[in-house]
Order: sequence, then structure tokens, then C-alpha cells
Amino acid sequence: MPFELETAAHPESLRRVAIEPVSRVEGHGKVTLLLDDNNKVHQVRLHIVEFRGFEKFIEGRPYWEVPVMVQRLCGICPVSHHLAASKAMDQIVGATLTPTAEKIRRLMHYGQILQSHALHFFHLSSPDLLFGFGSDVATRNIVGVVAAAPEIAKKGVLLRKYGQEVIRMTSGKRVHGTGSIPGGVNKSLHAEERAALQKDIYQIVAWSRDAVQMIKGLFAQNLAAYNAFGRFDAHNMCLVRADGAMDLYHGGLRARRSDGSTLFDHFDYDHYWDVITEDVKSWSYMKFPYFNAMGNSDDGWYRVGPLTRVTQCDFIPTPLADREREEFLAFDGGNAAGATLGYHWARMIEMLHAAEAIKDLLHDDDICGSDLMAAGKRQERGVGVIEAPRGTLIHHYRVDENDQVIRANLIVSTTHNNQAMNEAIRVVARQYLDGQELTEGLLNHIEVAIRCFDPCLSCATHALGQMPLEVEIVGVGGTVLDRMMRNGDGRCARPEPQ
Amino acid sequence: MSEQNIFLLDGEEIAFAPGQTIMQAAQSAHKYIPHLCWHPEFKPHGSCKLCTVKINGRFGSSCTVEAAAGQNVENRTAELDDKRRTLLQLLFVEGNHFCPSCEKSGDCLLQATAYEMGMMTPHFDHFYPDRPVDASHPDVMLDFNRCILCSLCVQASELADKKNVFVMGGRGMRGRKIILNSESGKLGDTDFSVDDRAASICPVGVILKKRVGFVVPYGERTYDKAPVSAVEAAK
Repeated sequence: MPFELETAAHPESLRRVAIEPVSRVEGHGKVTLLLDDNNKVHQVRLHIVEFRGFEKFIEGRPYWEVPVMVQRLCGICPVSHHLAASKAMDQIVGATLTPTAEKIRRLMHYGQILQSHALHFFHLSSPDLLFGFGSDVATRNIVGVVAAAPEIAKKGVLLRKYGQEVIRMTSGKRVHGTGSIPGGVNKSLHAEERAALQKDIYQIVAWSRDAVQMIKGLFAQNLAAYNAFGRFDAHNMCLVRADGAMDLYHGGLRARRSDGSTLFDHFDYDHYWDVITEDVKSWSYMKFPYFNAMGNSDDGWYRVGPLTRVTQCDFIPTPLADREREEFLAFDGGNAAGATLGYHWARMIEMLHAAEAIKDLLHDDDICGSDLMAAGKRQERGVGVIEAPRGTLIHHYRVDENDQVIRANLIVSTTHNNQAMNEAIRVVARQYLDGQELTEGLLNHIEVAIRCFDPCLSCATHALGQMPLEVEIVGVGGTVLDRMMRNGDGRCARPEPQ
Repeated sequence: MSEQNIFLLDGEEIAFAPGQTIMQAAQSAHKYIPHLCWHPEFKPHGSCKLCTVKINGRFGSSCTVEAAAGQNVENRTAELDDKRRTLLQLLFVEGNHFCPSCEKSGDCLLQATAYEMGMMTPHFDHFYPDRPVDASHPDVMLDFNRCILCSLCVQASELADKKNVFVMGGRGMRGRKIILNSESGKLGDTDFSVDDRAASICPVGVILKKRVGFVVPYGERTYDKAPVSAVEAAK
């Protein structure tokens, strides 16, 4: 799979357009486009410009500190890092979790999936979907959604709130708790906490079903455009349970080629490096992972996340979500399941699955148990893999005999999706920007494609950034020919040409 | 106890026994005077200055000044708490105190006292000193990033454990530090034990029992239940 728009043959003769930073995503990144005099696109790149530091500065820290420390690289889905690190440290202490510990962690994780998916769909993406990708930027935001569709906005806020309550009760805090520790958890649910969550869970399941219907309806209304938008073929990778079911907390790795054939299945992630390698490119701080079997990152890149998980699992082990999965796969002859915008639909199916899984766990007495910790034979190496809201998340540590971390490698969901996001924006650039005059609405199409993946650029590079947008057209001689700025409040302005 | 053995602490009469310091008398009366380096089991060190009070209008360390009849002692005044807050800010920027990932968080006297004094920011530029972690002992880890040089470990090891594992050494702002009493300078080469009194004396997160970090959940840590003023007054 060559990247025809990754590197232009003669960049010196082209003008450069930069979308910097990309907005309504977590973290800080930019997109650059190289155009010729006829506005034909010759090069498109998503650059991640944040600095990646966590892997280095946790060296020397005690292993039990890691699950608490590494989650600080993100405020949106810290639970994912908290749990992936904990799973790695479970291996370090040689523990097999007690039923209570595993179920509390799962509850925490499903709360995380629920709140993160709700945040992304309602707060970040629904303005594009409800108002149109090129609609008035003044209202294309969550405040506009509140004004135009207050019931939808309210559901988004309350779904997220519920997920955060689940996290608070299992980890101690809504953001950056300490509940999961090497070998188990430090608390289970109290009876009153369980009752409080049980009280609202049926409403949460109902609202999650409504959200699936909402994105389904949007697809039906805009079928041709949604199916075609940023569409590309990709290999896929996700965790699946031993019986092939979707399992967001634990499983073996499944990888399928873009033609649907299996590359590996139920692969033990303890040796993930036997199937995945990280490539680097000079123009991005984010690495480019690829399947070893495909030889290089040009051919072996792949996609992770909700669209992959929903389409590649054999079934979803909760009934309502599985019914929606079947409908999604069959919709329009299967076209929606291959569409980049299908990420949103798959994300809402997963949110429904998370709500159903929370409901089931809340009726399991183990979540109030007192057997919280386990231990076994100490190991030097630990690998923890989890399906985070944005996709497969790998944490890998080596710990010395003094209990200090001596090596760490994190491959986060957004890193797996690096090439896929680049491919999506190249397709969109060809579809919508080729030969067109630059407008904010057209540039937003690029960002809409990026948002499908719900990227967390902070996680991928382990820092946080601001969200304004600046676009420049630079002439062949380096002169800035045109410039547009979008402020943090979403307003666009075209300053005087420099 | 004679009726004359009474002084005023923030306008309240406090009885004392002859030879008691103001801090000891206040502690006996379940009154809180902010402190870091003072510990009732050991002789006062007078170094952190958090316990500074005004005695008849003059500043003095309550842990070292003996109580005397008729003293008028100001303790929790805005003026004194402002100075305490500044002292705390200096301590925070002098070391590397990253509360969000510190296992002592919630049980840390420095953190709890900073909350008590209403410290919202470090105010000063951080020094970010390069300080070592000593994980050579099988059961205890030392993270000197958090050391405030209270010397309680020195006293506990010397007086309670009779081992002299810790020694205060060096000079100057960057040179002053705790030194380990072994040829290698590592804790693992001393006769330190996790059961020593010094192993549990550290008011901050330097001396840590290994492999038990974060086992106490939010809500059940010492200062989750009550602020340091209430915890100390209840002793």
C-alpha cells in the first residue's frame, strides 16, 4: 500500500498549507499540505509535534508507582494507562487476579469507555455530524449543540457523568485515581455505591441505545457521502476473547489483512514484538507501527479502535450491542462498516456494550468482595495490553532486582492509528481540497477525518497542547501568501497578508 | 501543677509542667501548632521553623522555647500562617515534590500542612535538584527527592535504634543532605531494618516500605479523614 501523497517529488516548487493545531482532538498536532499553483494536492501529513517523555522519566521509579504515574499523561482516558500499567505489573509480581479485583478493574474500564466515547461523540464530533462539516464555525461546537439540540447535549453530559462516577467509585477519583495496583485493587464497591450506580444504569443503557440510533439515522440520511468520506482499506488489529468475542479488558491479539484474511489470531501479547515493530519518520514525533510479517511500515500499517473491534470480533457478549453490531455490518451491504465515518457508529455500539457490561457487573456480588490482592513469583518483565477507548494500548516494562523500572515502552492507540489517520486525510484532501480555494469549512473536512479516530495526541506523545488553529499558505519563495487563524473560542479571522 | 503555670495560646489558657516547651504544652492540651521537624519522641531540632510563634510580641520556635507563666503566645494568626506558607513554598521548590504520583500523598505531613496553610501554588521557581533514589535495600526504598532535612531519621536511628544509619552531612543549600553510614553509601549495605523506628519516622515520602505503595484507597488515608490540625489536636 504505497502512500502517494506522503512525500511530494519536488516539494520546493509547491506551496505549503498548515492546519496547526488540529482542533477538537485531545492533544496537539498539525496537518501540512503541499499544493501546486492549481491547488492540486501533492503531499499531506499529520504531524504530531508534542514531546514524548514518560518512557524515559519513569526509569528508576519503583514499579508500584508506575500505574499511578503513567496515567498522568492523559486526562481523557487515564484509566486505560492505569489499567494497562497495572496489568504489566501484575506480571511483574506474578499475580493472577482474584475475581473481585478483575471485576472491579473491568467495571472501572467500562466506565472509562462509556465516558470517553460519550465525550468524543457528543462534545467533539456531534457538531460536525449535526450541522455539517462545512457549516458555520460559530455554531459548529458543543455550545451550538446545546442551543440547537439541548436534549442530545444533555444526554451526552449525563452519560459522561455516569461513566466518571463508575470510575470514581472504583478508583477513588473521577480522574487519576489509584484503585488499580500491582496484583489487584485497593478497594471494592461498598453496598451504597453499588446501589447508587444500579439506580441509574437502566437509563444509561437506554440513552446509549438512543445514541446508536442517532448515528445510524445520520448515516441513513447522508449515505453516499458518509460511505465515501475518507474511505480507505486497511489491515486491522484488536484484542479478542478466547471465543472470539469482543473483550476490551483482556484477550489475545487478532490481526486481519485488508482483504479479511487472518494474519495472526489469539496471539499472546507477552511477545508483541514478534508481530509488531515501530518505525520512525523524520517529520513526526509519533512512531509508525507495522506488522512484522508485512516487512515494513509502508505495507504493514494497520488500524485499531472501535471500527476495528466491532468489525473484527466474532460477536459482542452483550445482547443489545451485538444486535446493533449485526445491523451495522449488514447496513447498506456492509459499506458503512468500511467507512471511516463508521468509527462513530462503532463507537456508539461500544458505548452501548460498556453500559450493558456495567449493568451486568453491578448485579455480580463479586464487586463487593474483600479478596482484593494476589501475588506470585516475581518476574523481570511485564507486558500489559488493553483495548482503550481509542484502540489497542500496549505497556511494556522491565524491572530490576531493586524494584526499579529500567526500561519502558508504550505503544498507544493513536500511535497504531498514525498511518491510518494520514491515509484518511490524504483521501479527504483528494476528495474535497484538490483544485479548491482554501476555506475554513474545507479544512474542517480534514479535521473531521482525524476526529473519526478520536486521536489522543497527548497520549501518543505524552504531553498536552492548546487547541487553536492556524493555517498558512506559503509561496514557493517562502513568502506567506495567505493566513487564517481560528482562536480557542472557534472564531476564524483572516489577518492582513504579511 | 501550680496555678501560675499557665500561658495564653491564641487567648486560651494552657497549663504546662515546668520544663515543657510551648509545643509540648500545646500538644498536651490538644492544641495544634504547625510543625514538620518536631516529633514528641525526640529532642527538638528547631530547623523547619514552621512552629514559629510570637511570644509576648517576639518570634520564637515553640519547639525549643520553654513555656513560662504569663506568656502571651500567638499561633494561628494570619501573619504567622502567611510566613508558614512561605516556608512551605520554599521547601516545595527546594526538593522534587510531585504529589500526584507520590505514594505518601494523603499521609504526608508536608502536604497536609501545606493544605492547612492554604498553599495553592509553589510561588517560587522550582530548583529541580538532581537527587538520588536508593532502592538497594530489599525492604525499604529511599527517595531523597522529597527530603526536607528534618533529621528525624537521624535521631530515630541513633537514639531509638542505636544504629546511626543516617547522618546529616555536607554544607550549603545544595550540599546539605542525609548520608548513609556504609562504605558504599547505600542503604542496602547498612544494618537498617524495616522494623526500625527510623523506618516509619519520615514525615514525607523519603523512607518508604517497598511494595505497599497505594494499597490504602482514597478516603482512608490519614489526612483524607481530617485536616492535619484536627489529626494533631486529637493526639
